[in-house]
Amino acid sequence: MTTTSEPTAETTTGGAGRTVNGRPSQLRPVLAILGRDLFVTWRELPGFLAQVLLQPVFVLFIFGQVLGSLDFLQGDYAQLLFPGVVALTAFLTALQNTALPLVIDFSFSKEIEDRLLAPTSTVMVALEKIAFASLRALVASAAMFPLGIWILGEIPWRTEAFPLVVLFVVLGAVTGGAAGLTLGTLVPARKINTVFALVLTPLLFTGAAQYPWASLEVLRWFQVLTALNPLTYVSEGLRGALLPDAPHIPVWVCLLVLTGFLALFTATGTRGFLRRALD
Amino acid sequence: MPVVTSAPPAVRQGTESSRRGDTAPAVEVVDLVKRYPKAKVNAVDGVSFTVARGEVFGLLGPNGAGKTTTMGILTTRVRATSGTARVGGIDIGANPSAARALLAVVPQRINLDRSLTARQNLLFHAAYHGVGRAERNRRADELLDRFGLGDRGKDKVDNYSGGQAQRLMVARALMHEPQVLFLDEPSTGLDPQARLFVWERVRELSDRGTTVVLTTHDMDEAEEVSDRVGIVDHGKVLALDTPAALVAEHGGAGSIDVVLEPADGESASDAAVAEALSRVPGVRGAEPPGGVPPQGERRLRVDVDGEPAELLARVAEAVTGAGAVITDVRLGRADLEDVFISLTGRELR
Repeated sequence: MTTTSEPTAETTTGGAGRTVNGRPSQLRPVLAILGRDLFVTWRELPGFLAQVLLQPVFVLFIFGQVLGSLDFLQGDYAQLLFPGVVALTAFLTALQNTALPLVIDFSFSKEIEDRLLAPTSTVMVALEKIAFASLRALVASAAMFPLGIWILGEIPWRTEAFPLVVLFVVLGAVTGGAAGLTLGTLVPARKINTVFALVLTPLLFTGAAQYPWASLEVLRWFQVLTALNPLTYVSEGLRGALLPDAPHIPVWVCLLVLTGFLALFTATGTRGFLRRALD
Repeated sequence: MPVVTSAPPAVRQGTESSRRGDTAPAVEVVDLVKRYPKAKVNAVDGVSFTVARGEVFGLLGPNGAGKTTTMGILTTRVRATSGTARVGGIDIGANPSAARALLAVVPQRINLDRSLTARQNLLFHAAYHGVGRAERNRRADELLDRFGLGDRGKDKVDNYSGGQAQRLMVARALMHEPQVLFLDEPSTGLDPQARLFVWERVRELSDRGTTVVLTTHDMDEAEEVSDRVGIVDHGKVLALDTPAALVAEHGGAGSIDVVLEPADGESASDAAVAEALSRVPGVRGAEPPGGVPPQGERRLRVDVDGEPAELLARVAEAVTGAGAVITDVRLGRADLEDVFISLTGRELR
C-alpha cells in the first residue's frame, strides 16, 4: 500500500491517506457509495422496474385508456393526464425510494453505518441518498414516455419542449428525494406504515397530476389545498411544457416554487439525517 | 476512587507501525465530556487517556458505564459536549471525515450489507475508502482466507452465522488498512472457538502495528488481549494500567480457604484457630467466609498479603497448633474481576 502525505489526486492503491489538493476528497467516497447502489439496482432491475412503473402504468391505463374507451371522458383528457403521470412518477418515485430505505437502514438493517464511516462528510452521505433516488426516478419517468405511447396510442410531445421537460423531471425528482429524506428521517420506524398512508395518498391525489390546476376554480378550497403540494408544480410545469395551449400555472412560477420546496426539504432533510446519524 | 494513570508502554515495533511518519499517539482523549440532551448526568464525564500505536487498549466497565459512548465519540458517531479526542493526531470533532480514513469500527450489532455477498461487502467498503480495484480484490481474497471465510466469499451474508458475520465485519474493517481498529464488545454472543479466534486476530493485528481499542465487560477478554485496561464507570476512568498492575494495586489480598476438623481429643473453636492464624506473619486476618457452609462444615477464609501458596505451610502449622486439622484447602488469587468489583461495586445495573 502506498501512503503519502503529499497532496496527490492519483493514489490508485492507497486507502486511508488519500488526499486531493492536500484535503481529503469528499466526493470520491460518495461516488463509490452511489456505485454500490447502482450495482445493486442493476442486479435487481426487473424488480426495480416493476416497483416504480406499476402504479403510473395503471393510472395511465385506467384513467387514460379504460375510461376513455368507455366514453366517460372528454376527448383529450388522456393528453392532459400524461404530463401529470410523468410528474407523479418523478416526484413520488424519488420520495419513496429515499424515505423507505432510510427508515429501514436507521432502524433495522444498520447498513448505513458502514457508509457513515466512509471518509466523507455526513451531509454528503445524505445527499447521495437524494441523488440515487432521483436517478431511479429519472429512469422511471423516462420509461413513461414509451409506455405512454404504447398505452395511449399517442402522447403530447413538442421537440422544442425537451429541455424544459428534462428540467422539470429532474427538479421534480430531486425535490421528491429531498422530501423523502425529510420524511424518512423524521418518522420513527414503528409509525412508518401509518405515516406513509397519511402522506402518500394525499400527495398522489392533490398534486394536479390528474387534472389541470386552473380547472379547480370551481372547487376553490381544493385548489388552495393543491397549491401546497410540491407535485402540483411539477405536473403544471410539465403540462405547460408539453401542452402550452392547455391551462397551466406559468412555468416561471413552477420553477420558483419548486426551487423553494427543494431548498426547504434539503435543509430539513439533511438536518433530520444528521440528527439520526450523529448523537 | 483514586484515578490511576500510567504512561502507555513503549510502542511495540511492528512491521507497519512506523509507516506513517508522524509520531502522534494512535488515540488521545483529553477531558472528554458527553451529555445527551435531557439527560441529568454526563454519560462521559471527563475521560482522558492515551493509546500508543500498536497497543491493544481495553475499556472495561459495566453496562451504561460510558464506554460505548466514548467509543462512539472516537468513531465520529457521537459528538462530544466538550474535550478533545484525536485519532492518529487528527481532531475528530474538527475533521471527522479525515479521522474516518484512519479508523475502522466493528460494531456489536451486525450491520453487513445484506444486498451483497461477503466478498462484495469487503470490496465496496474498500471502494468507499478509495482503495484501487486491483488492490481491493487482492486484500479481499487475503482477508477472507485469514478469517476462515475463503470458501464463502460468494455467499449472501444473510446466510452467515453470528460468528461468521462477526469475522466478516472484522475483515471488512481491515480492508482499508486502518491505523486504529475499534471493536465494540467483540466476543459478545460468540462461542468459545470464535472468541479465541477473534482474540488471536487481535493480537496478530497489534503485532503488525495496528492499534486496537476494544470495549468489553468480559474480564477474560480484557485480561487476555489488552496491553492496558481502563476501568470505566459512571462516565469516569477509575483506573488505568496493565491488567497485572491493576490486580496488584486494586485486587486486594490473596486468600486461603481452609476447611477444619477438630484434632482428636481437642475441641478448638473457630475463634481460637482464627486467633492463632492472625499471629502468623503475612496473614491479615481470618474469619468464616460469607454464606452458609454445607452440612455444618467449618470453614475459615484467611486473607493474606502476597502469594497465598507461600504462606500455606505456616497457616497449616498454626491451625494444627490451635488443635485443629485441615481437611481441604483452596487458594484464592486476586484477578481483574476483583479489581472490577472493588472499583465498580456489586449492585446490578
